[in-house]
Amino acid sequence: MIEMTGIRKVYRTGRMEVEALRDVDLAIGNNEYVSIVGPSGSGKSTLMNLIGCLDTPSSGTYKLSGENVAGLDRNQLAEVRNKRIGFVFQSFNLLPYASALENVALPLLFAGVPDKKRNQRAKEMLERVGLGDRMDHKPTELSGGQMQRVAIARALVNHPAIVLADEPTGNLDSASGHAIADLFGELHAGGQTIVMITHDHTLARIASRSVHIRDGEIVEDSRVAA
Amino acid sequence: MFSLVKSELALVWSLFRQDAGHNRKRMLLTVVAIGWGTLSIVMLLSFGEGMKRAFHKGTRGMGENIGVLWPGSTTRAYAGLGSGRSISFQDHDGEMLISRIPSLAAISREYSRRRGLTVGAKTVNARVRGVDPSFGAIRNHVPQSGGRFINEEDMRQKRRVIFLGEELAQDLFASQKVVGRELSINQSVFTVIGVAQKKAMMGMYSGPDKTQAAIPATTFRSMYTDAKVGNFIYLPVSLQTADLAKAEIYRVLAAKYRFDPEDRRALSIWDTRENQRITDNIALGIQIFLGIIGALTLFVGGMGVANIMYAVVKERTREIGIKMALGAKARQVMAPFVLESMVITGAGGALGTLVSLSIITVIALLPLEGEVADLMGRPTFSPAIAIATSLILGAVGMFAGYFPARHAASINPAESLRYE
Repeated sequence: MIEMTGIRKVYRTGRMEVEALRDVDLAIGNNEYVSIVGPSGSGKSTLMNLIGCLDTPSSGTYKLSGENVAGLDRNQLAEVRNKRIGFVFQSFNLLPYASALENVALPLLFAGVPDKKRNQRAKEMLERVGLGDRMDHKPTELSGGQMQRVAIARALVNHPAIVLADEPTGNLDSASGHAIADLFGELHAGGQTIVMITHDHTLARIASRSVHIRDGEIVEDSRVAA
Repeated sequence: MFSLVKSELALVWSLFRQDAGHNRKRMLLTVVAIGWGTLSIVMLLSFGEGMKRAFHKGTRGMGENIGVLWPGSTTRAYAGLGSGRSISFQDHDGEMLISRIPSLAAISREYSRRRGLTVGAKTVNARVRGVDPSFGAIRNHVPQSGGRFINEEDMRQKRRVIFLGEELAQDLFASQKVVGRELSINQSVFTVIGVAQKKAMMGMYSGPDKTQAAIPATTFRSMYTDAKVGNFIYLPVSLQTADLAKAEIYRVLAAKYRFDPEDRRALSIWDTRENQRITDNIALGIQIFLGIIGALTLFVGGMGVANIMYAVVKERTREIGIKMALGAKARQVMAPFVLESMVITGAGGALGTLVSLSIITVIALLPLEGEVADLMGRPTFSPAIAIATSLILGAVGMFAGYFPARHAASINPAESLRYE
C-alpha cells in the first residue's frame, strides 16, 4: 500500500537548513493499523504530511498503491488526496458554516460527483458513524465527539485506501475518545488501512503495529500480534 | 460538452454558496464602492454621449453635408487671361451646375443684404437673404407649424413674402405666431409665410439663422437690380459623391469663367463635412477622456474588492487548507473567490447603473435653457455605454478576484492546517 524508500525532507528557514526526515524507509501493507509515535519535533508530522501527499519529499521515492507520487504536481496530488486518502485531524477541521452533511459531501464535490448522489453517499456515511439524526447541524451545534465522527465520515466518504489520523482523540474527553477509538477499531476490522499519529495508549494498543520516530529517523518498528 | 460545463458551473456554485456571505457589512460597503465607480463611469459617459449628440445636432444645424461656394480670384494665368482676376457668379449658374453635375442633389443661390425690417414703429436691422426654394431643405430651415418656406410659385410671381428666423420674429412682433402678419422693407410690404423652428447651430458663415430673414431670390433681384450672387449652397447626392461634386463644380465653372481647374483660389468651397468630422472627433475624444476618468474611479472600487478578497483569503486560509487536504484542485479553490468578486462587482454595477439611470431620467425632465444647455446637451444612456461599462466591470471583477484567488491556490495545505 505504502512504500517509502530513502525519504529525506529538508526545510529551509532563512540560511538554516533543517533536516526533518533523514533516510526513512517505511512500508505499510493492506489493512494494517499503524500508529506513529514520537516526541514533538521528531518529524512525525512531516512524515504524516508526506504520507498524506500534503507535501513532497526532498528526495527518495514514495509509492502509494504502486504509483510513484513523489514527482506529481499540485493538482495531481490533490487528486491523490481526494481519491485515496481520508484525513482525520486533532482539531476536526470541519468547515464551520457548512452542515454536517455538506462537510461530509465535500470530498465528493471535489471529485465531481453529482448533487443527488453526493448527498446520498454523505448521508449513508453519517448514518454509519451514528449521526443520522444530526445531518443538518452545524459543527458549532455538535459535541467534540460528534464533530470527530463527522470528520471520520468525511474521511471515509470517498472510500480511501488509507485513513490518516493525526491525534484524533487529542481534543476529546476520555469517554468520547474511547468511542472514537472503538470506531477506528471497527473500521480496521472492516478492512480499512489506518495510519495514526497518537500519544493515546488506548489507541496505540489497538494498533497492529507501532512505529517510533525520533530526530527524523525511525528508531523502533514493532508489530503487535493480532 | 454542455453537460460538462453545466456540472462545472454547478460545482462552482455549490462551492460559492458555502463560502460567500460572511462579513455582510464589509461586503455591502464594497458593493457601494463599486456602485459609486459605476455611477461615475455611466454618468460621465452619458454626459459625453449627450454632448456628442448636441455637437452632432449643432454642426448639422446649418444643414448636413452641405458645401458653401464663394467666388474667388485667379492665381494663375490661363488661356491668355492674367492672374488676379476676380470671378463673380451670375444669376443662373446654379441651374447650369445642377443640370451638368449628376452628383449634385440640390443647389441654391444666395443674395444677401442687411436691411431695416419695420413693424409699426419698430425697426430691426437684419440680414435679408434672397434664396431659391431648395434653400429651405439644404440649409435646414424648418418652419414652425402653420408656416412654410418659400416655394416655386413665390419665385414665379416674385411675391413679397418673407420667412423669419425665430429670434427675429420675436424681436419684431414679440411673438412667434406671426404667419400672415405684415412688415416692410424699404417701404415694400412683405407677408410673413413662416417662422423657423428653434435649432442648434454651431457652424455659420454670416451670422446665426435665427436672426435672419429669407425672401424669394427673384423678389430680391427685382428689388436690388445691382445685386450679385454672394454664394451658392449645395448638397451632394451622398457623402461618397461629395468630393466628386466638388471637383465637377471646379471643372464646370472653370470652363465657363475660363480659369485653370487646378487653380484652387479661383473658387472657395467650404465643405462642412470637414467640420462635422472634426467636431465628431472632438466629441468622441471628450467622451473617451470622460470614460477614462470614470474607469479610473471604477478601478479604485476594484481595488477595494481585491483588498476585501485578499482579506477573505487570509481569513479562510485554514479552510482553504482543509479543502486542499480533501482534494480541492487549484481551480476549485480559485473559482469561488473569482465568482464572489464577480458577484460583488456585478451587484455594485447594477446598483450604480440603476442610480445613474434615475439621475439621467430626472435631468431629462428638468427645463434647461440657454447656450450652455444647448452645447452640453443632456446626459444620454446608450447601448454602447451599457456594453463598455459591463466590459469594464467584468474586467475589474475578474482581476479583483483572480489575484487573491491565485494567492489562495498557492497556499501550502500542510502549513495552513497549522495556521490559526
